[in-house]
Amino acid sequence: MADTDCNLFDCGHRACGGCGAALAAKLVTQAAGTETIVVASTGCMEVFSTPYPETAWKVPWIHSLFENASAVASGIEAALKKQGRKEKVIIMAGDGATFDIGMICISGAFERGHDFTYICYDNEAYMNTGIQRSGATPYDASTTTSPSGKCSFGNKRPKKDMPQILAAHGAPYVATASIAYTADLMQKVQKAINTQGPCYIQVHAPCCTGWGFEGDQTLAIAKLAIETGLWVNYEMVDGRVVKVKKVVRKPVEEYLKTQKRFRHLFKPSRQDAEIAAIQAIADTNAEKYGIDIKLKKE
Amino acid sequence: MMQMIEGSHAVAGAVKFCRPQVIAAYPITPQTHIVEALADYVANCELDAEYITVENEFSALSACIGASAAGSRTYSATTSQGLALMFEVCFNVAGMRFPIVMSIANRALGAPLSIWNDQQDSISLRDSGWLQFYAEDNQEAADLHYIAYRVAEDSSVLLPAFVCFDGFILSHTYEPIDTLTQEDVDKYLPKFAPKERLDAADPISFGMYATPDYYHEFRYEMDRALKESQAVIHAAGKEFGRMFGRDYSAMVEGYRLEDADTAIVAMGSICGTTKDAIDELRDEGKKVGLLKVRVFRPFPTDDIAKALADVKRVAVLDKNISLGAKGALALEVKDALYSSGIPVKDYIIGLGGRDVRKKDIKAVVELAEKGQGDIFYGLRREVL
Repeated sequence: MADTDCNLFDCGHRACGGCGAALAAKLVTQAAGTETIVVASTGCMEVFSTPYPETAWKVPWIHSLFENASAVASGIEAALKKQGRKEKVIIMAGDGATFDIGMICISGAFERGHDFTYICYDNEAYMNTGIQRSGATPYDASTTTSPSGKCSFGNKRPKKDMPQILAAHGAPYVATASIAYTADLMQKVQKAINTQGPCYIQVHAPCCTGWGFEGDQTLAIAKLAIETGLWVNYEMVDGRVVKVKKVVRKPVEEYLKTQKRFRHLFKPSRQDAEIAAIQAIADTNAEKYGIDIKLKKE
Repeated sequence: MMQMIEGSHAVAGAVKFCRPQVIAAYPITPQTHIVEALADYVANCELDAEYITVENEFSALSACIGASAAGSRTYSATTSQGLALMFEVCFNVAGMRFPIVMSIANRALGAPLSIWNDQQDSISLRDSGWLQFYAEDNQEAADLHYIAYRVAEDSSVLLPAFVCFDGFILSHTYEPIDTLTQEDVDKYLPKFAPKERLDAADPISFGMYATPDYYHEFRYEMDRALKESQAVIHAAGKEFGRMFGRDYSAMVEGYRLEDADTAIVAMGSICGTTKDAIDELRDEGKKVGLLKVRVFRPFPTDDIAKALADVKRVAVLDKNISLGAKGALALEVKDALYSSGIPVKDYIIGLGGRDVRKKDIKAVVELAEKGQGDIFYGLRREVL
């Protein structure tokens, strides 16, 4: 049958049903359009989209190594400039490639001010290698290298604040986004690619396999992250927060109980102190970014 | 035009004439003078290139990948620790078939830290799929860059190339150099026009992963291209000779080898010292010759077997050591001579910048004549 419904990223990739990262790739390429070159890091998305000799990408795409996507993008951008070409350069890398192993390359490329957009699809652990913790893994999440156990509640550290780190490099546009808010994500991609200089967008992309939920719950869970204040959608221009997604906040428990990675906080017994600590993270986010909508009393 | 210039500047001048569009560079001794000179060319509009001042060598070569994939001729230079930091990227460049040329001002690898010359750095990347050229002097170091680009970018090769020249011994030494002109080089080296590049008008995917159904063949094709590149090197070297009078068509070069009983095999600047020592030994009546290996990858096995077919013994000078085995050059020369039965002895010499003088070469010849070898030459007594 003729393929009449192809996007710039979709046909025949091998992601799990309900993969948040695959949806992110689809939305990003749709927003960016055909005049784009995508640079990938090693990771789930690279593997599920390009098993030789097949590819799910209908824009020019290159993968070199795990940690060097922003250096490769630097070279592409320099070559395009020298050749007088106008394509936009977009990096798509996971949180491990971004928060951890690629950090030096990212810092160098952002400091040099190359004109590209770096999109981190953040599924909060090394999913390609089997769910190991990264610098993006949230507090108390159980992963295969930060497992919960008799004397552990899982990952001991909160998420690294990458957007602030890159804003501190002088990035002209830094944003967070979520696959649950598709129009917002696409608008941010368009803003970033049309802003001169290195821009960063961190996209919350739940992973059904790694987090432990059914594939039909991906969008609902992504939305709950926003509604509980554990993920905040905002935009920073020249280092200043200019726009924030406001919500009527729900307790974090509503988010935590949907995922097996937090199951140890409820079974075999409820861990009130740990849940309170996570609630405190959401409360701090809410205060820092002013996300709470105050309801008028009837 | 003859000019008295430093080796690094001879190399930088040659690179300029090759018109790289993107240079990604990071300073490291003894390579730094090359990238400083190139930065000067760019700052003075003598070279129209994007010059990316990367944060380390790993990113230097990674940026070259991006630029090469986008269809630009690219260049970097490094040595020693910097090359070691590029290890992962080197294999990647070759696997993705990007014809990047990189100068290596050969230097020892730590620990212990040493900024001085041997060839352990580039030799340690012999299995990575890069062509490896070794220069005896600064004229050759400069000229080999033209050859390297022409061969690397040939559509039947499409593999990256190291142009290796000994750190300090060559990089910081002033010699008279016949510098070509831009017009000369433009006639010799065509514009880089890869058939495939990152291009929105014709989107393709680079750097996909290969399952066991495909990987094996990717490696075979690289090996085949590298081996067959000998014919391309030969043609490019011959053409260079025809145009500019210096013929680099041979992978190996003999010096007073015709009637030699003892053949020394070596690479790099040590060949110059060896030639002087041989002249003196010949005056004493000793039949000694040199086989200089200019191209280490692809390894010219057949040329070496042919060139050494009539000698009685072979002494290989290795400025590297595959620890726990032997020097890399000796191992491969032994392979080339396996069926001949000619004895091959290995001499690990001049590591970490230890000076190698004519008298050392003569001492090696004496040892070889006695059948003694497979040793570290000239060790301090306290370690014996």
